[in-house]
Amino acid sequence: MLYRQSGQFKTNYAADQQIFPLRQDRIAMALLLAFAFVVVPLVGSTYWLSAILTPFLILSLAALGLNILTGYAGQLSLGTAAFMAVGAFITYNFMLRVPWLGFIPSIILAGLCAAGVGLAFGLPSLRIKGFYLAVATLACQFLVLWVLQRVDWFKNYSASGVITVQTIEIFGYAFESPASKYLLTLSVVAVMALAAKNMVRGRAGRAFMAVRDMDVAASVIGIRIMRTKLLAFAISSFYCGVAGALYAYTYLLTVEPEAFRLDLSFRILFMIIIGGVGSILGSFLGAAFITLLPILLARGSEWISNTFNIEQSHAMVSNVELMIFGGLIVFFLIVEPQGLARLWQIAKEKLRRWPFPH
Amino acid sequence: MNWSFFFEVLIGGMLAGVMYSLVALGFVLIYKASGVFNFAQGAMVFFAALTFVSLLERNWNFWLAFAMTLAVMVLLSIITERLVLRPLVNQSPNTLFMATIGLTFVLEGLSQLVWGSQPHGLELGVPDVPMEWLAQKTNINISHFDVFAAAVAGILVATLALVFQKTRIGRALRAVADDHQAALSIGIPLQQIWIIVWSVAGFVALVAGLMWGARNGVQYALTFVALKALPVLILGGFESVPGAIIGGLIIGTTEKLAEVYLGPMVGGGIESWFAYVIALLFLLVRPQGLFGEKIIDRV
Repeated sequence: MLYRQSGQFKTNYAADQQIFPLRQDRIAMALLLAFAFVVVPLVGSTYWLSAILTPFLILSLAALGLNILTGYAGQLSLGTAAFMAVGAFITYNFMLRVPWLGFIPSIILAGLCAAGVGLAFGLPSLRIKGFYLAVATLACQFLVLWVLQRVDWFKNYSASGVITVQTIEIFGYAFESPASKYLLTLSVVAVMALAAKNMVRGRAGRAFMAVRDMDVAASVIGIRIMRTKLLAFAISSFYCGVAGALYAYTYLLTVEPEAFRLDLSFRILFMIIIGGVGSILGSFLGAAFITLLPILLARGSEWISNTFNIEQSHAMVSNVELMIFGGLIVFFLIVEPQGLARLWQIAKEKLRRWPFPH
Repeated sequence: MNWSFFFEVLIGGMLAGVMYSLVALGFVLIYKASGVFNFAQGAMVFFAALTFVSLLERNWNFWLAFAMTLAVMVLLSIITERLVLRPLVNQSPNTLFMATIGLTFVLEGLSQLVWGSQPHGLELGVPDVPMEWLAQKTNINISHFDVFAAAVAGILVATLALVFQKTRIGRALRAVADDHQAALSIGIPLQQIWIIVWSVAGFVALVAGLMWGARNGVQYALTFVALKALPVLILGGFESVPGAIIGGLIIGTTEKLAEVYLGPMVGGGIESWFAYVIALLFLLVRPQGLFGEKIIDRV
């Protein structure tokens, strides 16, 4: 009843091309942003802000980056965490060696460095395709982490290998409380998500999709394959690099290669597959699902042991959680192979016609 | 240059490469017959080895435990086919790949839930010590165990090649690998073929698990041998059984040689990525791996 488009006419080109053509969508988005920017920092507890929402936002950003590469341009990559590590380490070095630069320029420059690394490892994609490429990107994952571990300059010759990050300061304001870090992360993620949404609707995004669907056909209609694929790698790595910098500076508060292992790459890949390949919204839904699921499982097992008085060993609980996690991934793939974003789309279509479906 | 040391490294590398091939073989079998990049192969190796060693520790006879583990692997492949593969028929390869990662988690959780997560030792009765007569004659140290593992791998590959080429089931497997729909239309039961292939892959996983378990102990780290097998896999080509062996030999030797001669120059620890870079360079020349099927693009 509330969600319908009758009576909304588009009378100029700007109205025709806006991101949310429906007024209800615009209102919902504005409400969501207002909620995230104002209500959440006010009412959120420290645990929720710093242990759940901040990593969720950061991982959404990384998933967004991978989604540009895998979902839109069709290049399967298992090296996401390596690009994040590049972003984190380069940011650390900029903050350390060029202190007057400030945090935001540092993460942008770090993102550009990650984009450079992405370009280098994107070159094989011009010849290698599919799973061969996926395994080849593992080379990036291992090589980059090895370099970061071996070359002491990146770690500023720290003996332990674990570096505590500097305090973020923008215009004299130190971002120290969980709420301020959350707000900083949210702002960066919101701006970059908007940029991504516009990019995939524009010329670059359409070229990506053409290459994904059939690269030979794309080259026949005049899309330069090399440029498009490398651009996808560069943009994707830029997003991952910024996400990595935020991951180190607003969530972990340390910079260490151990945080960016292959597991993280896989988790981000899960996010886009569960959330929806080739969908901006899907990156967020997938990240929410993958970050919240382990917490829900832990709470669930706690609740079961409390109500039924069953003594559970820690190892048993973690193994059962692992099994449920894997089982749910398979389950979701079977139920909706196109991800949560597709479910959301179906729900919206149903809502439009509700309560008169015919 | 010390030549006997060089040959020792070379032969050691080849024999280590054969160990990688053992794991890569499982990937190849499943990819050939169903087009699924089965990431769970590493977890299957771990699951099989842990089941076997736990049965052995409960005073089962060696062959009885072997048969029992094999039965478990067959059961596992039936369940996998029914619950994972069948509902996902006709989905994109990426979706199936993801499903096998989900399967990896289930298997890792299940095996540790049932058998516990403490590491086990495994004794196959072949000592992991250098062969004395060879060491005395040529000053080259080659372990008994490495030679044994290579022999097992050789027998395994020869048997698989025979089964693939000469038997009725083998012909059906190759038909399915070539074209699912054509195979279905001439009456080859796809589901049964998948069960058979996954069971054979389970058998290969068991053998690989025994070899790796005897070498490094049966523990969680065994799941990471899959990561060692991946460069072998792309180097040899996803669809080729001989490719897995040749790829293993190339990766094994270059990796060992690089570790010994190149490693000290750059500070060591290069074994985590060197194999991948080698495979990557190979792929730049031949994008489908050494023996993979040529990729033809049609619009």
